[in-house]
Amino acid sequence: MKISALLLIATCLAAPAAARTIMVAPGGDAQVALQTALIDAAPGDTVRLAAGRYVLADGLSLDVAGVTVRGAGPGRTILDFTGQKGEGEGLLITSGNVVIRDLAVENAKGNGIKSKGSDGISFVNLRVEWTGGPKASNGAYGLYPVSSKHVLIDNVFVRGASDAGIYVGQSQQIIVRNSRAEGNVAGIEIENSYDADVHHNVATGNAGGLLVFDLPDLPQQGGHTIRLFKNRIIANNHPNFAAPGNIVASVPSGTGVMIMANRDIHVFDNDISDNAGNAVMIVSYQSKFTDRNYNPLARAISVHGNRYAGNGTRPGFPGGAEIAAAMGGALPPVMWDGVIGYASPSGGERAADGGVMIGDGPAFTLNLGMQGVPTSAARPAPLVLATPLLPMPPRIVLPAAQEARAAR
Amino acid sequence: MKRLVIAALLVLGAAPAPHVDAVRLLAAAPAAKLSDYGLFADAHGRVPAPGVEHYTLNTSLFSDYAEKFRYVWLPPGKPARYTATGVLEFPVGTTIVKSFAYPADFRAPDAKIRIIETRLLVRRTEGWVPLSYVWNAAGTEAVLQRAGVRLPVQFIDTHGTARSLDYAVPNVNQCKQCHGQDNVATPIGPTAANLNDGSQLQRWAAAGQLTALPATLPRLARWDDAAEPLPARARAYLEVNCGHCHSRAGFASNSGLYLQADEPVPAHQGINKRPVAAGRGSGGRSFSIVPGQPDASILAHRMESTEPGVMMPQFGRTVTHEEGVALVRAYIAALPPEL
Repeated sequence: MKISALLLIATCLAAPAAARTIMVAPGGDAQVALQTALIDAAPGDTVRLAAGRYVLADGLSLDVAGVTVRGAGPGRTILDFTGQKGEGEGLLITSGNVVIRDLAVENAKGNGIKSKGSDGISFVNLRVEWTGGPKASNGAYGLYPVSSKHVLIDNVFVRGASDAGIYVGQSQQIIVRNSRAEGNVAGIEIENSYDADVHHNVATGNAGGLLVFDLPDLPQQGGHTIRLFKNRIIANNHPNFAAPGNIVASVPSGTGVMIMANRDIHVFDNDISDNAGNAVMIVSYQSKFTDRNYNPLARAISVHGNRYAGNGTRPGFPGGAEIAAAMGGALPPVMWDGVIGYASPSGGERAADGGVMIGDGPAFTLNLGMQGVPTSAARPAPLVLATPLLPMPPRIVLPAAQEARAAR
Repeated sequence: MKRLVIAALLVLGAAPAPHVDAVRLLAAAPAAKLSDYGLFADAHGRVPAPGVEHYTLNTSLFSDYAEKFRYVWLPPGKPARYTATGVLEFPVGTTIVKSFAYPADFRAPDAKIRIIETRLLVRRTEGWVPLSYVWNAAGTEAVLQRAGVRLPVQFIDTHGTARSLDYAVPNVNQCKQCHGQDNVATPIGPTAANLNDGSQLQRWAAAGQLTALPATLPRLARWDDAAEPLPARARAYLEVNCGHCHSRAGFASNSGLYLQADEPVPAHQGINKRPVAAGRGSGGRSFSIVPGQPDASILAHRMESTEPGVMMPQFGRTVTHEEGVALVRAYIAALPPEL
């Protein structure tokens, strides 16, 4: 015993930088205790949050690389922001190689958990929830990695976000898997991002299930190379409760998958059912824009091998009901707006640099032709199914060390 | 023993000239007490020690109506160097000091002043380090506060109205969030343009504390000087109050909204720019700035709000800056619609 104690001390002395575990418990001044732990942590350390409810008045933040923040489980360690007085997030991470796992964030006033500029950020086994259910007064995003690289979202549950439950913006090398988004405006949204695999997720009860968007005037745009596969996208028929003005406020309730702008997007092997509007909607960015570097077209899109049932019975977008009636009572599962060109803000017209390849049928196009033409000018027509399809991009592989830490 | 104590008291009684402890400022571990640095000649943080220079800015950040007292200390013999853009180049050892204070009654701003906190930015070899010291209720000592704290504050405002608010001392990460450009901490205020009041920079140069000062200098407008053009005042206000985050290298870079006074692209200034990740912060409005229509502009809405998740800036204030909002609304109202 004595010897082992001595050994322990010797080990500590020999390796002063060895990883430590900083324990935090609820009660008392949890705000100061928790924030102090997040400031004191050194690279390699774990901040361990004991089970219980942490009542927090301000947002928390972590700016130390290589830290793991670990709770006792998403049902047991609860960061409660119901009384939040300040800050735009519940928890903000601005450092890299961070793991946030096994805890819940409830009722954040702004976003639930955000990372900005992180290289290596893993969100594992989390719950982010607005416990009053879907409401316009809820915070915007549940999980919100932005301008980040090597993003892993695994086994996360998000409910009630007034924008997207899981929102990955302006990021690269992304995996979203095994997660559930329910009762948000958008379930999972990948925006202005490169190289993402979104798979084995469930999106249900949102206004829109899975969204892949690209918007102008941003530091990272030209979203591309995104695969959505083996997801269950079921009954996303909640009324859209986003604040008008936001891009997701334009998502019609009843949308399964929506792709706006972007290139090299692959939607395959998903179960898409009981969404009252479009099972899959592929559209250009429709608003006016002045950004000369922006491409508003959805191009090089591949949709194939998905399973559809019960979609398209009550389309929510303008003119949808008429189109459904003309198509035999329900919208066919796949709709493309048929926009193949746009007027560039720097002059001249530009054509799409890649086709929309639909392998699933029946599919139809609105034949709008040019970007900005309103849907009231639609000339719906069946789409000829495409063969061959686009070449499949390789799967996203995150650094082995990141996956290993997420598995622990 | 007794004699030693008496001797010590005698030495204290002789009141040696206070001096800034440069070694303590540069030590890896910050001091527990503000007084350890010797930046002030008195116990109350009101009288700067010799070499600690008071300075002012043309336009400053709104912080819940707190009065701010700004000082800079340069290591002896090491001047700062002029740069036309960004903050001046300060030598290692430079310490920028800012105290946040409330007079009991803003109609008598020089009486009964309570200092809440004193923030430091210390230029160490590895870069700028932010520190915040919170004063005790008696105003006799300030201690290091890294995790942030909220403090009740009461005062009578310039209209004679009693106000009370929940003043928030920022935590270290919040310091870094505002002061970070490309993840490197930097001062925000002391740019040549914002220090240029017509004499301050020239005085520093004459004293040998500033080199390479050219004859012609950039100048940031005073936000509260009605004699200056409205757009210059409003854009100076937006730069100082929003531009540290809303820049290409700042925390809000992903928003595409860049509020530097010299930002050339209308969309990046917010003009007819749609929100990206504003969420419910948009308040149902479709554009950051709608020329001629402040009520339709997200910018004004978020400046007016005090609700977390909606309000901008996200921290650093808990009440609305009525005068700042009025300025920005007037600026938006006057923007020609064809922009």
